[in-house]
Amino acid sequence: MIYDVVIVGAGITGAAIARELSRYKLAVLLLEKEAEPAFGVSKSNSGIIHAGTQNPPASVKAWLCVEGNRLMREEIAADLGLNFVQCGQLIAVFDLGDLPELEKIKKEGEALGIKGLEIVDRAWLDEREPNLGPEVQAALYVPSAGIISPYRFVYALVENAVKNGVELKTSQKVSAIRRGADGVFELETGGEKHNSRFLVNAAGLFADEISAMAGAPTFKITPRKGEEYLLDKKREHIANHIIFPLPTKTSKGILIIKTSDGNPMIGPTALDVEDKTDLSTTESGLAEVLSGARRMMPSISKSDIIAYFAGLRPVSGKDFIIRHEDSVPGLINAAGIQSPGLTSAPAIAVMVAGLLARHGLPLEPKAEFHRLRPRPAHLFQVPLEETCRLVAKNPAYGDIVCRCELVSSQEIYEAIKRGATTLDGIKFRTRAQAGRCHGGFCTTRIIKIMQEELGFPVTAVTKRGPGSELIKDERK
Amino acid sequence: MKYRDLVIVGGGPAGMAAALAARAAGVEDILLLERDQHLGGILNQCIHPGFGLHHFKAELTGPEYADRFARLVMETPGIEVSLRSFVIKFTKDRDISYLRPGAMEEIRARAVILATGCRERTREMIQIPGERPAGVYPAGLAQKMVNMEGWIPGKEAVIVGSGDIGLIMARRMALEGVKVKGVIEIQKTSRGLVRNVVQCLEDFSIPLYFQHRILKIHGAARVEKVEVVRVDDKFTDIPGSVFEIACDTVLVSVGLIPENELLEMAGAEIDRATNTPVAPAVNLTSIPGVFACGNACKVYDLADWVTRDSELAGKMAAQYLKTR
Ligand SMILES: Cc1cc2nc3c(=O)[nH]c(=O)nc-3n(C[C@H](O)[C@H](O)[C@H](O)COP(=O)(O)OP(=O)(O)OC[C@H]3O[C@@H](n4cnc5c(N)ncnc54)[C@H](O)[C@@H]3O)c2cc1C
Ligand SMILES: Cc1cc2nc3c(=O)[nH]c(=O)nc-3n(C[C@H](O)[C@H](O)[C@H](O)COP(=O)(O)OP(=O)(O)OC[C@H]3O[C@@H](n4cnc5c(N)ncnc54)[C@H](O)[C@@H]3O)c2cc1C
Repeated sequence: MIYDVVIVGAGITGAAIARELSRYKLAVLLLEKEAEPAFGVSKSNSGIIHAGTQNPPASVKAWLCVEGNRLMREEIAADLGLNFVQCGQLIAVFDLGDLPELEKIKKEGEALGIKGLEIVDRAWLDEREPNLGPEVQAALYVPSAGIISPYRFVYALVENAVKNGVELKTSQKVSAIRRGADGVFELETGGEKHNSRFLVNAAGLFADEISAMAGAPTFKITPRKGEEYLLDKKREHIANHIIFPLPTKTSKGILIIKTSDGNPMIGPTALDVEDKTDLSTTESGLAEVLSGARRMMPSISKSDIIAYFAGLRPVSGKDFIIRHEDSVPGLINAAGIQSPGLTSAPAIAVMVAGLLARHGLPLEPKAEFHRLRPRPAHLFQVPLEETCRLVAKNPAYGDIVCRCELVSSQEIYEAIKRGATTLDGIKFRTRAQAGRCHGGFCTTRIIKIMQEELGFPVTAVTKRGPGSELIKDERK
Repeated sequence: MKYRDLVIVGGGPAGMAAALAARAAGVEDILLLERDQHLGGILNQCIHPGFGLHHFKAELTGPEYADRFARLVMETPGIEVSLRSFVIKFTKDRDISYLRPGAMEEIRARAVILATGCRERTREMIQIPGERPAGVYPAGLAQKMVNMEGWIPGKEAVIVGSGDIGLIMARRMALEGVKVKGVIEIQKTSRGLVRNVVQCLEDFSIPLYFQHRILKIHGAARVEKVEVVRVDDKFTDIPGSVFEIACDTVLVSVGLIPENELLEMAGAEIDRATNTPVAPAVNLTSIPGVFACGNACKVYDLADWVTRDSELAGKMAAQYLKTR
């Protein structure tokens, strides 16, 4: 079979493109090298839906970010049942001499159409952010910014795309791309071959390699590492907004981030590295993050940290690369999607669909597009009365598997039904193992449920795909 | 709202001893809530001997020790046991909400004993840097995998921390044919019992590296090796002393933290450094009529002492109910 479009990469960019294309009468294939979607850059980031401030004024990403933010607020969050929280953002200054800088950010933001920007003084802040340290003098308040769970955003888009007819294939690493005589792209993944008229490259850190394989070695991706540190849920109410310091020449600044799951997060660092697989955290990263965060909120302590991770921003120059490669007709690159890629994804998807149309792919709307995705029920997100109702309806909601994050066996079954095949996939969908005990309590139970539901032997259960098996042997 | 005289949360050795003692002291309406499918708590996974030397003057395994109490608890009229019952909410008025398969229950207790045990400190809490591959487990989780499920997590292991759980797991893994390549301890001495250092490490020729720490964990998908460094008396790394150990498993045994999230939820005073209740004496909390015993009150090294002090907690609760 020949697909109309093959998308390489099921991160937020590829997922959003897949869902956008699923509106039209097209045969679309989404290919991902990892065992599940969202295992690339899109799993390790700050989860902020930026308003669109602080991007270079004439850049592509500046308006994509503003438009992505609007789409989230006005359509996607409700349509896909996402837990988007519009908590707003503060850009804090430690010196009143920096107010002109804030004014400049405000003006540039307003020129892009960002609404409600307001410079606020210490009295305003004291009322709304009681834990700010004494050094903070004033801030720019950005009301349209918010937070989301990045992986659940990807899973929702992929699920909805699949519901609308997109084919998803995981554990399929594209290793070679040829061009048939008729102009058809032939993609090789391990033993399999996939043919397509158009190729959309959304391969994140490896987008330069995919573009080169397709015949357009036109850019290079370098990873920029960011380390993030999560705090205990007990500190949930330490901050009510996402709080940024004003960037300085030497530092982009460490943020205090409310997350949609409750745990506050501090980070990220920004350091250019060589290795596209280097996800290690470092002692210097921890020290930088702690001191940066404590300058804004001195009560944050090292003992609040319950988890940490690093992510790599796929960087190529200062802007996104979203274009048709004229040297390889039919190839669209959606590459170099550094921050704010999570925010921009829905707008990038619309732009990519436009590029495909302009280069000869007819976009004819389907008679029936399933716009809505029912929201999965998570006990940690609902009030006690709702829990009562759920348990009465389905006893498995009363069977608690993860004690720290309050996840029931029903939620684990549901995650598996929606496509989770690994321990991390279950963690990202449900939060089981993501709390303060790190799966000390629930890991064995989850492995047993996976064995039952997926029919795996225990030695085949993995953390995040082949090579990451958890159990080496069974006692005879 | 249903009322109960005494509700005990947690059916480990602490909760069971407290229930029996409270009953013996005259409390007639006791509800014991346990989230697991059986009583016994953490003892169910401690299949090694060494329990009961003080309380029973006999050397028992963990499950044997727990069974002696569990049988008594089940047989005693006046103690109702509810298994698979997970307490999710607790208030200072002693209102308790718990989930069990099929129902959420809400009750009010005249007195409460929290016997919720403790959890393990994790790799994340001691901030071991490096990658995050499969194969890094809290030692207690590995103990549960091996002893309860018959799963062998790896082939070559390094253990971080020389407390009793780390030592016992070193031996347990060695007995299962896993090559235990070393126990890494940042202090100058072991926190564990001397008999455990001898019986678990020396008898199995497992090297114990005092004043060392893990610098980094390597491995993209599964652990491949660890970097170890020697530290001085101020815990500063000694330059030039770094070496590597190849392994596929790292067991982290770096201490226990009392589980007092319910108590905290009710607004009781909690010591943030130790996560224990702030109170003038053992078993007490800052809320009248709410007691905490066993590992929830403070971390014990022997189950026998948990039993002894938790019996006292049962009596204290009975006393409280009488004088009210
Ligand atoms: C620390 C940090 C914080 C950030 N914070 C924010 C934020 O708060 N807000 C925001 O908007 N943005 C943020 N970002 C940016 C955002 O995370 C990225 O822009 C976005 O996730 C990029 O998504 P992607 O789909 O392009 O890449 P990815 O998520 O990496 O997706 C690419 C996919 O392609 C797959 N792939 C690669 N090669 C192949 C192949 N050969 N065959 C098949 N599949 C392949 C990969 O496995 C991967 O799943 C942050 C980034 C970092 C690192
Ligand atoms: C991994 C590990 C290994 C150990 N090994 C040894 C050893 O080898 N030898 C030794 O002498 N001691 C050992 N100990 C110490 C041991 O914990 C104590 O000796 C003793 O078991 C503590 O008893 P407890 O009843 O306080 O706690 P636990 O035995 O932990 O019992 C607590 C009970 O409370 C239940 N519970 C908790 N929260 C809730 C809730 N919200 N709702 C309902 N129920 C709840 C739990 O399911 C559990 O059954 C070990 C401890 C750990 C953590």
